[in-house]
Amino acid sequence: MLNEIVFLLCAAVTLVGAVAAMMLRNLVHCALCAAGAFAGLAAIYLQLDAEFVGFAQVLIYVGAIAILIVFAVLLTRGGDVQPSAATTSPSWWVGLPVAALVVASLIGSIMASPRLLRLPTPNVHAPVKQIGEQLMNQFVMPLETVGLLLTAALLGAVVIGLREPRKTESNAP
Amino acid sequence: MTTPLANYLILASLLFGIGLAGALARRNAVLVLIGLELMLNAANLNFIAFWRFSPHPEMLTGQMFVLFSIAIAAAEVAVGLALVIAIYRHRRTAQLDRFDSLKG
Amino acid sequence: MSGVDQIFVWLGHSIAGWFPASVQPLVSALLAIACLMPLFGLSFALTTIVERKVLGRMQNRFGPNRVGPYGLLQPLADGLKMLTKEDIVPFSADKTLHFLAPLVLTVPVWLAFAVLPLGRNMSAINLDAGILFFFAVGSASELAVFMAGWSSQNKYSLVGAMRAIAQMISYEVPLVLSVVPVLMLAGSLELNDIVAAQGTYTFGGLACWNAFTPWGFAGLVLFLIAATAESNRSPFDLPEGESEIIAGFLTEYSGFKYALFFLGEYLGLFAVTGLAVTLFLGGWHAPFQWLEWVPSWLWFAGKFGALIFLFIWVRATLPRLRLDQLLNYAWRFLVPLCLINLLVAAVWFWSSAWKSPVAVPVRWLVCAALIALPYHGLARILRGALPPPRKYNYAE
Repeated sequence: MLNEIVFLLCAAVTLVGAVAAMMLRNLVHCALCAAGAFAGLAAIYLQLDAEFVGFAQVLIYVGAIAILIVFAVLLTRGGDVQPSAATTSPSWWVGLPVAALVVASLIGSIMASPRLLRLPTPNVHAPVKQIGEQLMNQFVMPLETVGLLLTAALLGAVVIGLREPRKTESNAP
Repeated sequence: MTTPLANYLILASLLFGIGLAGALARRNAVLVLIGLELMLNAANLNFIAFWRFSPHPEMLTGQMFVLFSIAIAAAEVAVGLALVIAIYRHRRTAQLDRFDSLKG
Repeated sequence: MSGVDQIFVWLGHSIAGWFPASVQPLVSALLAIACLMPLFGLSFALTTIVERKVLGRMQNRFGPNRVGPYGLLQPLADGLKMLTKEDIVPFSADKTLHFLAPLVLTVPVWLAFAVLPLGRNMSAINLDAGILFFFAVGSASELAVFMAGWSSQNKYSLVGAMRAIAQMISYEVPLVLSVVPVLMLAGSLELNDIVAAQGTYTFGGLACWNAFTPWGFAGLVLFLIAATAESNRSPFDLPEGESEIIAGFLTEYSGFKYALFFLGEYLGLFAVTGLAVTLFLGGWHAPFQWLEWVPSWLWFAGKFGALIFLFIWVRATLPRLRLDQLLNYAWRFLVPLCLINLLVAAVWFWSSAWKSPVAVPVRWLVCAALIALPYHGLARILRGALPPPRKYNYAE
């Protein structure tokens, strides 16, 4: 019972945050609402006994990605709202039915499989130590690859974001 | 634990739908990126939910998948936002429908 | 020993024992909250008065001494003044965010105290991923600062918030990296395990704290520097540099909201200080074996107070940095040193199996050299990279 209420609360926070993030006019508000949705999702991970992932989600999504998005919004002047400007793309009437169709088919297939409702919930004990051991044994290649990817992404972002050298300087002998 | 698996899956598909609708219908490039993040998060929620209800949760495969997916999402956002800012510098706009020429 | 030591644990258990078993976890959690909030609230009040007194003495003046005996009631007067002030919201401000920002800053910080072991068996919750929890709740403060700065619709606020976020993100890296060696050698993310790992004694009763090893000492220094920056204290208080940008992101705040920001910053400082005590200074353990009879929570409080005094001392001593100096210091100096420190910790761990009479001095020398030489070299290189000192034409 208590579990249900906690789930419903977290789900409501997540969904409201997500809807607001996609619908508000001011981009700064959108980014902050998205951060709220990420935090709500982290609470759901905690409710599902995935402690480590939940904290990692808060640390990375709220602490890093939301801040990055906010910075990008400010750098592209997304915080200044012109009341007249349209916020939707010209082809929005294609996008919405596609999304609705996807959701309908997903929920339909979930509802059509009654086994999901009766699945037993095993007792879980997933200590952080075990996660660390698996990361170092079974998943060591993916871990190293992710490290490489993150380094490449860091360098790539810096290179892309660098101010390009002036034309006059490059033409100088 | 009384919440059935189906509830988590429905939440995930709603979240995916919201993200998809936003990514398809909004004009601003940053918002499209947020929509992509929401879709990724919906997939992560599915992984965690299936891990929790799987017969062998001690394998931790679902959690591992989500950890890697979060790391990759961080890389993706960093590069994506750098691209948006670089394009903004050239075209003075972050509206996607104005990025319509191949030559800067 | 155990009677006075465990008195709070015993009290908590006996009060929770009056309730039916089904609500006992809830009651003990509420009890922990009811203890932690006044405890750190009072520490906040005490720290403000001590800070002003000590700063005054260090600057050759008295500090506040009018309200109450020795000015001890000054925090009460300050608090009353703050609460009765008018709460001003700028006309063009984003009202909702302007209201939410101080709450988003202050509320998560309280959570961080939940995992700190304040004494033997005295942590509110034992989380398997305690350190991760600590840093996760701390990450909301950056968003709060941004909300405050942006919603005020004031250029100074925005500049202050941008400075604060750049600083917090930059210094979060050395803060977390300096913790990693401790986790590596303790083999756990749980704070109680880390304290227990420092609970042995060598050399006739000297404690085995992490700070008494080369990598631990370097880690402590790096951690304290990063913590000073992370809690926006002098010499890293650029976000509020009053001589440049009025009060940074606090410019448009007054009254109760301003007090909440103030509280949040000090609580953040307390949280990282408590973490420093736990990770590097042996938590609630005594420094010598023959002092074990002193209650564990007194040791924690003593070390905590000493570190707070250190922060005040640093504030009175060092001038404020410039923004480029601040970021260069983090990325070019602290981060490389943290990575080298990780290597030193690995060498220390790897050589711990070596049993020989010369093992201890040799290990010490090698590890100390491994951290001291890069420090010296980096300092020299960076000094060469600096621009020449600015010439002041009219200030001679």
